[in-house]
Amino acid sequence: MASSSVADQEGQVMLLGFWFSPFVKRVEWALKFKGIEYDYVEEDLTNKSTLLLTSNPIHMRVPVLIHNGNPIAESLVIIEYIDETWKQNPILPQDPYERAMARFWANFIEQKVTESTREALVSQGEQQEKIVKELKEAIEVVEGEAKAKLNDKTLFFGGGNGVGYVDIVLGWTCNWMETIEEVGGFKVLDPESQPQFHKWMANFREVTFVKPTLAPKEKLVEYFRMVRPARLGLVANK
Amino acid sequence: MAEEVKLFGGMWASLYSRRIEIALKMTGVQFEFIEEDLQNKSPLLLQYNSIHKKVPVLLHNGMPIAESLIILEYINETWPDNPILPRDPYDRAMARFWARFIDEKLIWVSWDAYRSKEEDQGKAIEEACKQLKALENELKEKEFFGGDTVGYLDIAAIMVASWFGVMQEVMKVELLTEENFPNLCQWVEKFVDCPIVKECLPHKEKMVEFIRVLLKDFLASR
Repeated sequence: MASSSVADQEGQVMLLGFWFSPFVKRVEWALKFKGIEYDYVEEDLTNKSTLLLTSNPIHMRVPVLIHNGNPIAESLVIIEYIDETWKQNPILPQDPYERAMARFWANFIEQKVTESTREALVSQGEQQEKIVKELKEAIEVVEGEAKAKLNDKTLFFGGGNGVGYVDIVLGWTCNWMETIEEVGGFKVLDPESQPQFHKWMANFREVTFVKPTLAPKEKLVEYFRMVRPARLGLVANK
Repeated sequence: MAEEVKLFGGMWASLYSRRIEIALKMTGVQFEFIEEDLQNKSPLLLQYNSIHKKVPVLLHNGMPIAESLIILEYINETWPDNPILPRDPYDRAMARFWARFIDEKLIWVSWDAYRSKEEDQGKAIEEACKQLKALENELKEKEFFGGDTVGYLDIAAIMVASWFGVMQEVMKVELLTEENFPNLCQWVEKFVDCPIVKECLPHKEKMVEFIRVLLKDFLASR
């Protein structure tokens, strides 16, 4: 068991989430990877709880981790906090340079893959075409990284230790990307030109603490189909 | 082995590069500054940051690190005698949260407020002030975001210390006023007065002139 201060690791861990959110899932994967017990609170995003609004007044969104009554928001910030507070099963590498590289790729994924996918979903026509093109290019970069870093022995970006920070940050693509493509009416995934990325997604889906958390496609599609028109409407009215 | 530290940065007005200069000087690390002409980027820069092709890039013993906030974390971990991040994990999480807030939200919302047409300006200013209020509340009565001394979040907030004042003069739009944000304004004064920051931060008047020229077409069209 971890030898560092048990007092830090005790105390209540609560996660405010939403079943559908890939950002919440990331945090859950980090908690499960480390074997941390936590209370999960499902938020109604149409009627946000007082706890959520007071814990995250800036962004008013999930996920929020509350540890010993102290709230932390933003999935990447939460994951680093988890990694620094509970030392078992490290998520980020130990070496400062490797950590910098992991953070660099996490930021790249967030800005160029996650953000672009969100934009592609809520846009149409020429605007969507432009974003989809950029998204495809970003995935090509990920494919390049996968080609360089992964092989039959090293399945994940975490390297010899298995799953790591970059895998957890990129992980949402393995389940949500297909759904968003279908609902958004665009295509970026291509197993032929992205073989290593597809291999990585398949392997990530099978990770023991990931597999049970993945919602079935039909349920995700149904939710997105409901949400997209409203989001498009919001964007059009801007 | 002698340590080799190089910083590829933008010219004097490039605030993200100044973040790294300040952090390196605070740590006492010897480094070579290589100024990049952003209109004509060197092959080395394009090699070291092939993904984004931007400054700043830190080169440590031949290994490149890009993205200013990531470089700050690297400096903190590599030269730990003068840490710039708090030691407590929760305080670190807060510092990271607010640094991201500044880079991902505050700057863009404020830019909108500064450049909006008159009819949209009211709403944009309201939004920017809301965000500044949040930052003001985070600072509270502390001397610096880092406590008694300048730290990671103070360095990240260089944009607030420098860019806001400059934009206010160029665009003639008031956001960061002493009346509305007394803590932040006091922080700005203390921050720019620190010896190391003074060395690295461009003079306000020089920045104002520079930005006026940079934005002359935009200003003329208003």
